[in-house]
Amino acid sequence: MTTAVVAASESRSVSRKALLLVAVWAALLTVPLWLPLLGGYTALAGRVLVFGLAAMGLNMLLGFTGVLSFGHAAYFGLGAYGAGLTLRYLVHSTPAAILAGTLLGGLAGSLFGLLIVRRRGVYFAMCTIAFGQLWYYLAYSWNSVTGGFDGLRDFHREAIGFPPMVLDITSGGNSFYYFLLAIFAAAVGLMGFLLRSPFGRTLLAIRENERRARFLGIPIERHIWLSFSISCFFTALAGTLYALLNNFADPLTLHYSLSGYFVVMTVIGGMRTFWGPLLGAAVFVMLQDYISSMTVNWMSFVGVIFILVVLFFPRGLLGMIRRRVAA
Amino acid sequence: MTQVILFNVTNGLIIGAFYVLMALGLSLILNLSNVINFAHGNFLALGGYLAFTLSPVLGYWGALLISPLLTALIGVVVERLMIRRIYNRDPVYSLLLTFGLAFVLQDAARFIWGPNGLPMGLPAALAQPITSTLFFITVTVIGLFAFLRYSRIGLRIRAGTFDLETVATLGVNVRHLRTLNFAVGCLLAGLSGVLAAGQIGLNPNMGDELLMPSFIAIIVGGVGSLIGTLLGGLLIGMAAALTTAFYPAASEAVIYAIMMAVLLLRPRGLIGEEGMMS
Repeated sequence: MTTAVVAASESRSVSRKALLLVAVWAALLTVPLWLPLLGGYTALAGRVLVFGLAAMGLNMLLGFTGVLSFGHAAYFGLGAYGAGLTLRYLVHSTPAAILAGTLLGGLAGSLFGLLIVRRRGVYFAMCTIAFGQLWYYLAYSWNSVTGGFDGLRDFHREAIGFPPMVLDITSGGNSFYYFLLAIFAAAVGLMGFLLRSPFGRTLLAIRENERRARFLGIPIERHIWLSFSISCFFTALAGTLYALLNNFADPLTLHYSLSGYFVVMTVIGGMRTFWGPLLGAAVFVMLQDYISSMTVNWMSFVGVIFILVVLFFPRGLLGMIRRRVAA
Repeated sequence: MTQVILFNVTNGLIIGAFYVLMALGLSLILNLSNVINFAHGNFLALGGYLAFTLSPVLGYWGALLISPLLTALIGVVVERLMIRRIYNRDPVYSLLLTFGLAFVLQDAARFIWGPNGLPMGLPAALAQPITSTLFFITVTVIGLFAFLRYSRIGLRIRAGTFDLETVATLGVNVRHLRTLNFAVGCLLAGLSGVLAAGQIGLNPNMGDELLMPSFIAIIVGGVGSLIGTLLGGLLIGMAAALTTAFYPAASEAVIYAIMMAVLLLRPRGLIGEEGMMS
């Protein structure tokens, strides 16, 4: 290939990426305009953003480092409980709740990460599942503080800012959606920056060939630990937003089923793509909303979706599109 | 006091024995095929429910014999149709697949046998279910270890755990070996299901509570070692039961504490092979 051809194809891929970026943000910004036309409601879009952020956080580890965590619900749930407990017992401040929940989930993940960075493949996954369930049982049995099986109630998100500059996000309307979107944008921007940085490129190198990366002198364990920890922080942030969205945190946000949902969202959208998990979250949330309104046996439908995705659809939506474009 | 402790030791033995039976099956499949079978608890429930349906026809003893075999047969079908397709792919797919399978099997059990718990009648000869269950599990575990040690197939399974490629090169049909190994795992799950049904009755999620402790038994015992899984299962069963005697609220937490301690102090597990977990 001559340099001219390479340059032309590169500039085409750059402009395609810019186009995708514009399309994603235009769609997200105009949700309150077009979602009601499709029969959706704005809270549904909020859920897509929250699960999308959690799955994108997971994907930093899964898709961009090649390490499988099947326990990310733990950090999501810790974020949710951290935010809820802060609002209920400590201060009536939304930013403080977000900060506290993110720190709780992120730090728990970072500490646990230290114990397991040397594990690989299914063994890493097995350790993350088992550790995740610890928090489920804790929330379940520590009734007096967490509300046990019924979940943590009696807290609600507070308006942010000081008078006269107050943004009222307590109602379920568009202002809360845009509040979520702003935090989502900041988090995703940071994630994109990290993945494009030399650090992010090193993670890709580890994913592609761990042994070669090790021979190049890259400290593999430290990078995997960092990737795991950062990904836990993003997922915990998403968890705090989930608690704010519902004004409620329940033990099921800590259960490994939710970890499985995050993984399947990532795979449906496309593991090795940046925006895939968001698309996967949108598909999954819509399907779940639709199916659970139709039948009580929605569990087997979800199970069948898992199986079909694995057997016939492993690259995910964006992965397939990208492949078709490349061919 | 002595009586309380004795009661809890017996309790720990029985819980530990169930963890062991479940974890050994999981461990077999994990070691040879590198697949974590999330649906293992559902195979357990399936075994129990099949025994419930068959025992009016075959009697308890017939059901005890036949329903684990039927569970294994269903395991073979599932392995052939689905699980074998993902052996050489990223572990994320095997986890998602068995996870989805667990959902489908659980809903199926709920659909066929109803969402509520069912009692399982025991014959008069088994008036002491704890003793008889311990006896059956001990015999099964000894049988499994003898099978793996002395039979040709068992030898191949153990060899495949270390180096599947070489085993394949020596002319063993690895596809069949993996199917058979999966079936043995499901057989153990089905048997635990029948025995558990006699102890605690049947419900569609009866295997779920055993799944996490079984993972922990494998991690604690050391991945790659079946003896380790055996010890790990007994250890956490005993620890959970003894904690129940003194401080019931922590009985779940204590097995996670043991797991963390093992990961911190002896990452390869009690008697796991060095490097087996990496």
